[in-house]
Amino acid sequence: MSQSLRPYLKCVRSSVTAALCLANFASQTSERHNVPEVEAQSSPEVLLNPLVIARNENERVLIEPSVNSVRISIKIKQADEIENILVHKFTRFLTQRAEAFFILRRKPVKGYDISFLITNFHTEEMLKHKLVDFIIQFMEEVDKEISEMKLFLNARARFVAESFLTPFD
Amino acid sequence: MSGPEVHHLFHRPIADHSFSADRKILAVAKDSAVELYGKVAGAFKLKDELKGHDKTITGVDIAPNSGRIVTCSQDRNALVWEPSSTGYKPTLVLLRIARAATFVRWSPSETKFAVGSGDRVIAVCYFEEENDWWVSKHLKKPIRSTITTVSWHPNGVLLAAGSTDAHARVFSSFIKGVDARPDPSVWGERLPFNTVCGEFMNNSAGITVVYPTAPEQPPRAVISINTQLLPFMSLIWSSESEIVAAGYDCEAFRFQGDASGWQLSGTLESKGRPGLGDAREESALNMFKQMDLKGKAKDDTQLKTVHQNTISTVREYESNDGNVTQFSSKS
Repeated sequence: MSQSLRPYLKCVRSSVTAALCLANFASQTSERHNVPEVEAQSSPEVLLNPLVIARNENERVLIEPSVNSVRISIKIKQADEIENILVHKFTRFLTQRAEAFFILRRKPVKGYDISFLITNFHTEEMLKHKLVDFIIQFMEEVDKEISEMKLFLNARARFVAESFLTPFD
Repeated sequence: MSGPEVHHLFHRPIADHSFSADRKILAVAKDSAVELYGKVAGAFKLKDELKGHDKTITGVDIAPNSGRIVTCSQDRNALVWEPSSTGYKPTLVLLRIARAATFVRWSPSETKFAVGSGDRVIAVCYFEEENDWWVSKHLKKPIRSTITTVSWHPNGVLLAAGSTDAHARVFSSFIKGVDARPDPSVWGERLPFNTVCGEFMNNSAGITVVYPTAPEQPPRAVISINTQLLPFMSLIWSSESEIVAAGYDCEAFRFQGDASGWQLSGTLESKGRPGLGDAREESALNMFKQMDLKGKAKDDTQLKTVHQNTISTVREYESNDGNVTQFSSKS
């Protein structure tokens, strides 16, 4: 882990831990409903201040807490067009499988690549500190994964170009 | 205090729980049913299941003397379960609320109970003999938000309520014909229904203690205790000078003080629960086995606290001379 990544992840970890204080909260506006307040945005008193943690202009996390749900959106580092495509494909792969991936939001928040929606039902069913661990681990791994894919892609492109150009040699 | 007694009931969140007066019966809210556990030889065994609500149950309370159980749920209803020889018989309460009920507690006199709701009212319910029906009166003003908790004064008339707009309020819930006229206290002398006796705001991440002086007077002392901890969900007075609070930190903390000042005096837990040997001597073989199985060398799934998740309610379990000697908590 690089030196500047560590404080960034530490900051995200403590912010997510503090944001994940969720309680079961039935809707104030419609009877017999229980919806994530951060999605419904029905009343300002149950929404808390959103928070952006940015490492640089292309890497940031948006945490939107509310009384019974938290939305965490991540902008993954994209240095060039290849990374752009890779990130897009990668997040598409995940979001298409959102059902099996309890806390994943099916559509990312605008301006971000991937969003998680954690409700009180998730924190009740799963261990809270492991949810935080998961988010942090995801952020750690995803950069590694993308740069690995990029290296692999470049290696393959070189190989293909070489074998294509051999007959003309 | 000796170590905690841990009873593992099931793998579901517990919204609320209540012990009977003799501590033989434990009522636990589990989804849309209330499970009654009986204590048999030191362990709690499932005895009965009270089914009547069709949404998540948010509150359950057993009256200590009569043994009646009151439950409330997000389906906007409250039920009173009357014990009889053939089991518990439910009676619907006329709550007249249009949003979820969030919290319920019997008054000390057991003739009334208060139901907090998301409809910006507290329904104070009592039994009307002529109609043979539990009816309610609403405490409305000046509540502007969901009630999350209520608590009764020992005289059975004054009611404290906390809500999501960060206010705690003290109301009078005096109902003619049900209550005897209460003795005058610091909260007021004449207390008609829906008198607001006090309104306090908590805008810190800790707890606030208010010492009242006299009616219509500013309080003698308002002490806010700020902590570095995560928010608390529930608290009880364990004695006049001690509060036990618990919440998102998965452990209970003790606060001590008086009108001159309060402070956090520490956690109730002795770290390192039994059966969780910390930092065992790891053999290399074991380490590689763990790496292979779980992808990491150390298993850090278990927290060091007794509760592994948020503590949602803390309640008095046993008390003598007004001091709580044991309490129960759930997550």
